Amino acid sequence: MNAARGSLLGIEHLEAAEILRILKFARRMNPDRPRPLLRGRRVMLLFYEASTRTRGSFELAAKAMGAHTVLIQAMGSSIEKGESLLDTGYTAQAVGAEVIVIRHPNAGAPQVMAEHIGVPVINAGDGLHEHPSQALLDAYTILKSKKSFKGLQVSIIGDIFHSRVARSACHLLSKFGVKIILCGPPELVPDIAATIAPGVRVTRHIEDALRGTDVVMLLRVQKERLVGMKIDLPEYIARYQMTPARLKTAKKDAIVMHPGPIIRGLELTSEVADGAQARILDEVHNGVPTRMAILARALGKMR
Amino acid sequence: MKTHDKSSLLIAGGHVIDPAGRIDAPMDVLLKDGRVVEVAPPRKIKGADRRLDARGLVVTPGFIDLHVHLREPGQQYKETIATGTAAAAAGGFTSVCTMPNTAPVVDSADWVSWLRQAERGAVVNVFPIAAATRGSKGAVLTDFGALQTAEAVAVTDDGKPILDDRVMREALILGGELNFPVVQHAEDTRMTEHCSMNAGARSFRLGLRGMTTAAEASIVERDVQLVTTIPNARLHVAHVSTGDALKAVRRGKRARSRITCEVTPHHFTLIDEDMREYDSNYKMNPPLRSAADREAILVALADGTVDAIATDHAPHAAHEKEMEFERAAFGIMGLETALGLAITRLHVGKRIPLARIVELFTAGPARCFDLRGRGTLGRGAVADVTIFDPKKKWTFEAAKSRSKSRNTPFDGWQLTGKVVATIVSGTVVYG
Repeated sequence: MNAARGSLLGIEHLEAAEILRILKFARRMNPDRPRPLLRGRRVMLLFYEASTRTRGSFELAAKAMGAHTVLIQAMGSSIEKGESLLDTGYTAQAVGAEVIVIRHPNAGAPQVMAEHIGVPVINAGDGLHEHPSQALLDAYTILKSKKSFKGLQVSIIGDIFHSRVARSACHLLSKFGVKIILCGPPELVPDIAATIAPGVRVTRHIEDALRGTDVVMLLRVQKERLVGMKIDLPEYIARYQMTPARLKTAKKDAIVMHPGPIIRGLELTSEVADGAQARILDEVHNGVPTRMAILARALGKMR
Repeated sequence: MKTHDKSSLLIAGGHVIDPAGRIDAPMDVLLKDGRVVEVAPPRKIKGADRRLDARGLVVTPGFIDLHVHLREPGQQYKETIATGTAAAAAGGFTSVCTMPNTAPVVDSADWVSWLRQAERGAVVNVFPIAAATRGSKGAVLTDFGALQTAEAVAVTDDGKPILDDRVMREALILGGELNFPVVQHAEDTRMTEHCSMNAGARSFRLGLRGMTTAAEASIVERDVQLVTTIPNARLHVAHVSTGDALKAVRRGKRARSRITCEVTPHHFTLIDEDMREYDSNYKMNPPLRSAADREAILVALADGTVDAIATDHAPHAAHEKEMEFERAAFGIMGLETALGLAITRLHVGKRIPLARIVELFTAGPARCFDLRGRGTLGRGAVADVTIFDPKKKWTFEAAKSRSKSRNTPFDGWQLTGKVVATIVSGTVVYG
């Protein structure tokens, strides 16, 4: 069985035109001026993994459109008692969920669920695989500052290997011809990462990554996922931390992005996080209208 | 196993391929009292009780699968010896070697004997491979002598490779003294934690942690090194999946060490890029590898480096497969698709002679574990015979499998080459 129409499982298989359609609709959405497009519809948020921004903004997005939301977290639910992914999906459908937003620690879990149940599934982050709503809100954020993707260069710095945000961003930006530079030590940025999409290249040197770039996207070093890896944090900081001095290498009007949570003093300094070029809180803010568009699309209301 | 057939059976009009006897010609085959009595040119043999018309078909020694999981004792919800051997018969296999990673582990002579009891309902020959260490925990060797007396054909800790150099050395020394092959699933599990597929561009894109080729090759290299230094030691490398491991095997063979190896149909057919996204019917261990690894396997199948095609038939229940890819069980079924894949991919696709393919299913595997009287149609050999149509096109339907499970990536595949009849000790068990 194929995923239900309106599902958003990843960016990789989404067409550029569809991405533009979602972004265009998102620009019409304003959480401060609620639009009851989804009045009375039932959105189930199924979170198998911790989340602050994503969960909160999907919930606010659903409510801003008049939908009912139910939040199921692994802890304190039947999932904890050993219920399988598919049984949880069938149960959600039986209870009346019309769309399922799922975050899961295993890559592909949203797809496996979508292939078995009849309602649209939205991937809110699956393991190391994809985080499509984040890539869409980042695209939305970039286009607020840059007007168009044409001729842009985006440098993504940090733990690419463990980052679903990076994978989704690469797929999305590549579809619009953006030059993408991935930067970090080999343990976190394997050479194979360059094969993810056309126009992606890997570098070990931050100056190389920053020179003439339009967008600096920083990623958190995911300490909890570094099992068995030999990453020397002081050395990482010395080589890759974003500082005001380094940022000067980038274009004057370059913007700094980060999917959060940020760790001040590690991947970036406070001056950069709070600086004029930072768009980190804009990203969070833009998450709500973007996710309104994603939910409206799932329920056939993105017109 | 039922007792052998007393009456005589003439398989007439077929084309016999018996690599052990260097026969590749139109021949009739006479079976009697569970033995091969005669292989002779057409119409020379007269007066059999029954006749089997094999015109247009290929007649070969019964196929031998060195690597199957029949899940008994303890995991009958996946497969039983009765259902697994029925699937084997449908796939043309007259003998299967069963892996000991059951519940409990087959690490004693009693369990080896239990597997061979008539009550198990086997329709083909079952040759147990016993555990190499107690409970397959990798620490203390099992009683090889007692296992051999109970008619185990080899020892292995399949799925839980022996990592400790000292233990592997002891196993090879003891095996060498007893002329008992040690089978190794070559995987340095310290390098593959949380991994669910091959390491490469595809695993990166899918966000799945990948098993490197080094995790396989480093163990094969170590084992080959050990074998060359231990008198009479015998090593059989299970399901080789990488070009680097094949290089090590080749090196060992060139040094005239007693090293044999097998490859699976899925590894010579599929690569990691073929995998349907997050479809656990493509998840097995070792995983589907790169195009370069498959190319190396095809070369090694043709040039004689590989001794046997083995299926690693690994049935699982739906609830162990239809789930998160990373959490799903490793393994796929293989018995009923092996010949079709071999003919389709190796013979039709790569022009490997049919005789070489038959050798990989018969004389080759028989040699690996010294299965005397098997894998040959020589006079006096056991009357195990496989008859197949090398040109027949057919579609494999998993739903109609004789196995209890359905976990296969080959559902709906159109294949060339189909088993027509399977004969065990002179009795037709399939067809």
